Amino acid sequence: MAEIKVDVTGETCPVPLVETRKALRKAAPGDTVEVVGTHPASKKEIPLAVEALGLELLSVQEEGGVWRITIRR
Amino acid sequence: MAEQQEKATIVVHSGDLDKLYSALIIANGALSMGMEASLYFTFWGLMRLVKGGLEKGQLSKMHMLGLGKAMVKQRMSKANVASLERLIQDFKELGGKIIACEMTMEIMGIKRENLREDLIDEYGVVGAYIQEARNSKITLFI
Repeated sequence: MAEIKVDVTGETCPVPLVETRKALRKAAPGDTVEVVGTHPASKKEIPLAVEALGLELLSVQEEGGVWRITIRR
Repeated sequence: MAEQQEKATIVVHSGDLDKLYSALIIANGALSMGMEASLYFTFWGLMRLVKGGLEKGQLSKMHMLGLGKAMVKQRMSKANVASLERLIQDFKELGGKIIACEMTMEIMGIKRENLREDLIDEYGVVGAYIQEARNSKITLFI
């Protein structure tokens, strides 16, 4: 099972969400996707997308304005 | 796949820069959240699909002969907002569909070779839009 990393640091809406979706589309079932970014609104909308896609949200962390979201495909 | 059932269909009637951003951001959001998405480009919107025309739109408000647009573009670049070209490439990569209005092409005298054929999936008239919209949960006219 692969761990895919997506770095959207400094990117704004809708790029973090779109890049997350691109990575999830490429991932195989069971793979994890870790998204790292700084745009505050994206931290809220990515978990919404994960729910809408019926995938598993593993964690949402934030430290010093940098958030890290992990998702299982 | 259950995640591909719902759909968003947007009529892109305006060629204004800010409205094109709205249309593409909403469409990319829909695709990212597991919906299908179709953009139907007509009238001034279709002019943005003429080769080299994507970023050429005015601002719908405060354009001020281009001064307002230059200011907004500068602020967008400072805020690191993606270009329309990037957004439309993302839209295509996520499986979005672009339909070009054939009636507008006739009225404006635009030929297929004048348009960004690399982006366009289909050429159609109102029936094509209705077929997309009748099965859509979200339909917008921008």
